[in-house]
Amino acid sequence: MTNLQTKKEPGSVKDIKSARFAAMTGNNAIAEAMRQINPDVVAAYPITPQTEAVEEFADFVANGKVKTEYVAVESEHSSMSACIGASAAGARTITTTSSAGFALMWEMLPIASGLRTPIVMYVANRAFSAPLNIHCSHDDTMGGRDTGWIQLYSENAQEGYDNMIQAIRIAEDQSVRLPVMVCLDGFIISHSVERVDLLDDETVRKFIGENKPPYHLLNVAKPITIGACALQDYYTEHKRQHSEALINSKDKILQVADEFAKISGRKYGLFESYKLDDAEYGLVIINSAAGVAKMVVDDLRGKGVKAGLLKPRVYRPFPGKEIRDALKHLKAIAVMDRVDAFGAGRTPTFTEVASAMYGLEKQPLMINYVYGLGGRDIRLEDINNVYEKLMDIAKKGKVDKVFDYLTVRE
Amino acid sequence: MKKQMTRKEMPLGTVIDSPGCSREYKTGGWRNLIPVRNAEKCTNCLICWIYCPEGCIKVKDGKITEIDLDYCKGCGICAEECPVKGKAITMVEEKKEN
Repeated sequence: MTNLQTKKEPGSVKDIKSARFAAMTGNNAIAEAMRQINPDVVAAYPITPQTEAVEEFADFVANGKVKTEYVAVESEHSSMSACIGASAAGARTITTTSSAGFALMWEMLPIASGLRTPIVMYVANRAFSAPLNIHCSHDDTMGGRDTGWIQLYSENAQEGYDNMIQAIRIAEDQSVRLPVMVCLDGFIISHSVERVDLLDDETVRKFIGENKPPYHLLNVAKPITIGACALQDYYTEHKRQHSEALINSKDKILQVADEFAKISGRKYGLFESYKLDDAEYGLVIINSAAGVAKMVVDDLRGKGVKAGLLKPRVYRPFPGKEIRDALKHLKAIAVMDRVDAFGAGRTPTFTEVASAMYGLEKQPLMINYVYGLGGRDIRLEDINNVYEKLMDIAKKGKVDKVFDYLTVRE
Repeated sequence: MKKQMTRKEMPLGTVIDSPGCSREYKTGGWRNLIPVRNAEKCTNCLICWIYCPEGCIKVKDGKITEIDLDYCKGCGICAEECPVKGKAITMVEEKKEN
């Protein structure tokens, strides 16, 4: 199990040669990772709250810090289209977006994954309109979770930086060849200044290696067709091939994480298990809010309450079996999402986790909350209330109401 | 029909790894019915040859030699238009491997 869990090893960073520390926003950290990756092509369009990342990267291009071909496009539909073309031509390709920009790309997202173009995309999670809101919900990437991309979620700027670098290796691996989204919370992380441990340029360059596409459009010695039509006779086989590649990418994601730990001292898994081993009450919560929740876990542990937390990192492929094994001993679990799946009466992560629990003889009691929509703060006492609810449920042995909104004026 | 590749035999993604492949792509794959011609009843009037929208009725020296099933879509126009009493072409269900 240890290799499935994110474990920060205090002090180990000191042993890493040339490590640098810097005060950075999430966007800064992503732009810095992009500078170090030095991709062949970036085609991106600015949208709040991702703008700063792509703006800063444009500076790197203008100042000759990278050799990237920067394609200034007129929309996100064009940026993703340009990225698909570039990636199909064999170029290492990155783009960035948020919210409505992500929505405008939508048509192209399954094309990028279906063509197996290993594009890496940074998404600063932001709410969908209406009403217009520029702050964080996970509407964009949760909505796009079934577009055939790999999805990595990041709690803070550090994880965003680390995920970007690992995403290149994962996407371009010969056994994977799939696009990867790196998601972090808009404004909460994209615009907050945090300490970030950075790798030196040479270490990153060696770690990511070279992109070696099995086929590419610029190879005149071997002409190919990309994006041909496949009807009733071949479409199913293409989808089956894609489905299997995505599920099998889990092993590669873990292998890349192991190698990344060797250069950074920071170990990632499919998810982070926080004080779960002997826990009775657990939260499943993604991205920045997990940081707040961990403080509450520490506080409750101080009071003798066996609280724990699971923070998914790899959402596609969804590590259902591993999550089930990590949670099955709990008495009660609250799955919390910064998004509603309208009309489902459950949020996306609840559906995934409940599905992973299917077939267990003894299932933990489970409840589901929507929280923090459009950037609404989630406070320590809000999380504490959720744990108190879990204790109450466990005591009664039954759940009255599975699905609810947290901190809403009724 | 040429045997179709399995998902494991197919190149990665939607790549077609050699040029000129449209010649190899047999578009008859999506039909359910195939025309079966009874050569004894057939008068070689070539009405089917005129009506076939896919040019699948092959003719040599004024006589039908075969129906090209690589491209036949199974529309049944040939059978519908066949003027022979009791029909020289009938549509039958095609048995498919998958």
